[in-house]
Amino acid sequence: MSTRTNEPLAWLLFSAGGVMAAMTLPALLLILGVAVPLGWIAAPTYERLAWLLANPIVRLALFVVCATSLLHWAHRFRYTLYDGLQLKHLHEGINFACYGGAILGSAVAAYLLLL
Amino acid sequence: MADRITLQVARYRPEEQSAPTFQEYEVPVQKDWVILDALNHVKDRIDGSLSFRWSCRMGVCGSCGMTVNGVPKLTCATFLTDYAPGPVRVEPLRNFPVIRDLIVDLGDFMRKLVGVKPWLVRKEEKPISEGEYRQSPAELDAYKQFSMCINCMLCYSACPIYGLDPKFVGPAALALAQRYNLDSRDQGGPERMEELSTHEGVWGCTFVGECTKVCPKNVDPAGAIQRYKLEAALDWVKGVVMPWGGR
Amino acid sequence: MNEATTPFHSKWYRERTSTYWWMSSWPYFLFIVREVSSVFVAWTVVFLLKLVNGVSHGADWYQAFLHWASQPWVIALNVASLLFVLFHAVTWFNLAPAALVVNVGGRRVPGALIVGGNYGAWVAASALIAWALLGS
Repeated sequence: MSTRTNEPLAWLLFSAGGVMAAMTLPALLLILGVAVPLGWIAAPTYERLAWLLANPIVRLALFVVCATSLLHWAHRFRYTLYDGLQLKHLHEGINFACYGGAILGSAVAAYLLLL
Repeated sequence: MADRITLQVARYRPEEQSAPTFQEYEVPVQKDWVILDALNHVKDRIDGSLSFRWSCRMGVCGSCGMTVNGVPKLTCATFLTDYAPGPVRVEPLRNFPVIRDLIVDLGDFMRKLVGVKPWLVRKEEKPISEGEYRQSPAELDAYKQFSMCINCMLCYSACPIYGLDPKFVGPAALALAQRYNLDSRDQGGPERMEELSTHEGVWGCTFVGECTKVCPKNVDPAGAIQRYKLEAALDWVKGVVMPWGGR
Repeated sequence: MNEATTPFHSKWYRERTSTYWWMSSWPYFLFIVREVSSVFVAWTVVFLLKLVNGVSHGADWYQAFLHWASQPWVIALNVASLLFVLFHAVTWFNLAPAALVVNVGGRRVPGALIVGGNYGAWVAASALIAWALLGS
């Protein structure tokens, strides 16, 4: 297969991110973003979270979720701008901002979780 | 049931107009009439200048596709009574240039269809003495759904991506490519992939899914395209991981 | 049809697709909502990384994060994000069989089974996350 286009790679990452985001983010957001701040349930203790984040498997899993979800956003948002707002002629800037932003975010995630 | 219904039909006479207008016709309603019957009634009894395409009037030729109340439909398969009390808006198929009235130009699709090589590609033909290419029912089932396409172009009309980028190869052509890719007798997969694993090919599709919704023959072009994306992506991975692999 | 010789070719009527094409029908609109959900996926990642950052700096930072997370605008944003992320999940699982045609023993696995498998995995993953965060 020619390397003429990198679209297959972008699509694979988009798909991986879609699966990771769909499987994990609803529960995470419901608990940490809605239920705890609204007082429906008690916040997890600092000790509990520190214990979780000390586990290398948890850190790796969380990194994979974050990085792939960001790349999922990058690919999907890029096409939303192309098609939804008809900005395809700005494709170079859009690609740079979307994938660049996702890579930057993944770097931050790597710094926080893998180092 | 009311016995009359109003049709609002798009008219475009390029020799007189610069943009389409609408003309209203009142037609009788019969229980078994389809939109095509109503249009033929207009042409026969009210206004002979109305131009539109049709042929088999039974949903197999793909000629009579038009936009009815904003939705792409085969007018021979769409009942008039479903739109009672009306009015019913009949326009040409969207996303195509309008030649006249309800007639659109399909040249773009015809060129793209040739581009996907919709025929059996063999590295070497079997000699006649070896007999036919045999295919089991299971092998037939692998591609049969995609062979049901009647080239009616409702899917192109429903696809917003085609509307935005006319270079997009489009649902029917991609489904027809899959019809041959999945045919056990075909060996043209790699050749087609050069054409189709491109931005104008499958990668332009964002799985809106409207093509599958409007298809009158249940071809599921959206499904064909997503499957092809996966296949093309895995092929890409193989090419990166094992670049020495021959075909 | 040879375009050069067709007399009225330049007079074929071509309608430009409007910038607001996605508002012209309900399915198109839902499609764009589905695509826009990716923005809220990205926000959720940012939110999670802020939490991780808080925890990694100690108990005080974590408390500060909790305080920040309970501000009305953050809660509102997270409620909206939750709705969009759920919409993403449901549409994703329902569309998965289109790309994933699995053949077992020469017969095609019904799409409904793949969808069901996805939802099952979702429930399991969510239960695991809930236990991890809230269990003792």
